Amino acid sequence: MLAKRIIPCLDIKDGQTVKGTNFVNLRQAGDPVELGRAYSEQGADELVYLDITASHEGRKTFTDLVKRIAAHINIPFTVGGGINELSDVDRLLNAGADKVSINSSAIRNPNLVDEIAKHFGSQVCVVAIDAKQTGDDWKCYLHGGRIETDKNLFEWAKEVNNRGAGEILFTSMDHDGVKNGYANQALSILAERLTIPVIASGGAGRMEHFRDAFITGKADAALAASVFHFGEIKIPELKHYLCKQGINVRL
Amino acid sequence: MNKNRIYVHTVRKDIRIKKRKLLKHNCYLLKRMKIAVIKYNAGNIYSVDHALRRLGIEASITSDKEELMSADKVIFPGVGEAGSTMNFLRKHQLDKVIKDLKQPVLGICLGMQLMCRFSEEGNAHCMGIFDTDVKMLRPTRHEDKVPHMGWNTLTHVRSSLFKGFTKDEFVYFVHSFYVPLNEFTAAQTDYILPYSSALHKDNFYATQFHPEKSGTAGERILKNFLEL
Repeated sequence: MLAKRIIPCLDIKDGQTVKGTNFVNLRQAGDPVELGRAYSEQGADELVYLDITASHEGRKTFTDLVKRIAAHINIPFTVGGGINELSDVDRLLNAGADKVSINSSAIRNPNLVDEIAKHFGSQVCVVAIDAKQTGDDWKCYLHGGRIETDKNLFEWAKEVNNRGAGEILFTSMDHDGVKNGYANQALSILAERLTIPVIASGGAGRMEHFRDAFITGKADAALAASVFHFGEIKIPELKHYLCKQGINVRL
Repeated sequence: MNKNRIYVHTVRKDIRIKKRKLLKHNCYLLKRMKIAVIKYNAGNIYSVDHALRRLGIEASITSDKEELMSADKVIFPGVGEAGSTMNFLRKHQLDKVIKDLKQPVLGICLGMQLMCRFSEEGNAHCMGIFDTDVKMLRPTRHEDKVPHMGWNTLTHVRSSLFKGFTKDEFVYFVHSFYVPLNEFTAAQTDYILPYSSALHKDNFYATQFHPEKSGTAGERILKNFLEL
């Protein structure tokens, strides 16, 4: 049976991981390759590396980092941040990334999704969506949640599904950082309406939250950052817990 | 008694040394082996190269006919679309070269599908090494997402590729088309329906999943192939 995936997310700035970590046994706690390898050895199913560098110089550093990750990590990884056109996708895939994640650039230019799917295949195209609930409506946001758009979460997700996206990475901005669980209701609506896998993001604080995202939210994968980085939840323990709860995970 | 113990100890030490020597010899043989990875227009060929390097092996990534034919082992990786890729292979006559290879060949993902007869993806006529067609995964319930993406298990394994493989181990899949069960099926996976996650016929081996992305389980499968 297909396993539910656990995905740690690493924020990268100038080639280094941004958030502090609890991995005391690492030679270089800030090294994204070392950290990725540690997660992989603990049983992470995939990794996401998000480049939050703004400068042009930083982009080159990130590409070099992607090459190092590809050489050292033996599980799939997705890279995101600053991908605006097909040439960016080409550069990162050539560096060895398995998938790319696009967010604001897809909203600004939805054709980018079609183009990536056509040139490189749907499986490399992850569309990340940041959304916030206002009343009954879920609105999509741009630039890490700074600019509101008129796009509805469910309509936009369906549109990119039809355009050829391979996966949706949905972050609920209201849940992100609160550690009070994922946005399970919205997740389950996405799962029912889409034909592609959905990755839950934003809100993990306890192991039960992962269980709920998989059972109530019907997510295919769950992404988290700080609970893993600070060692509040350890991946082997989490997976054993989920297994006991009857969820199929890779042990 | 004491003598006996010393004797046993010496024999055990002897076995250990022999084992170590054999292991060293195997590593040496693996490193001396000529491994070729077929270079063509498909994506992510280099991830196989990286995986081989992690095993300490320097492969040549090539589309040169002579080099492919003289290699000890050939790996045919691939992520991409069947129709256009098959056209590319035909244009460069790589389809004939691959079909005529006599040494062990490992097709991965799209590589495996192109080794079959016909693919519904782009209605492509493929190499026909495995006399079976490639079909599109069609979900029967809304929980079934396509592509089949993520970690899944193998059952009914019957190939030396899976030496040391246990039924609880997972490997990584990403695909929207599948090969039905047939006489060459060397492993099965159940997603939407039971299908062939590995094939084997004579010197041709193939996996639908990506051993190069499947952690330590995948590394073992690659190593088993190299040791064939």
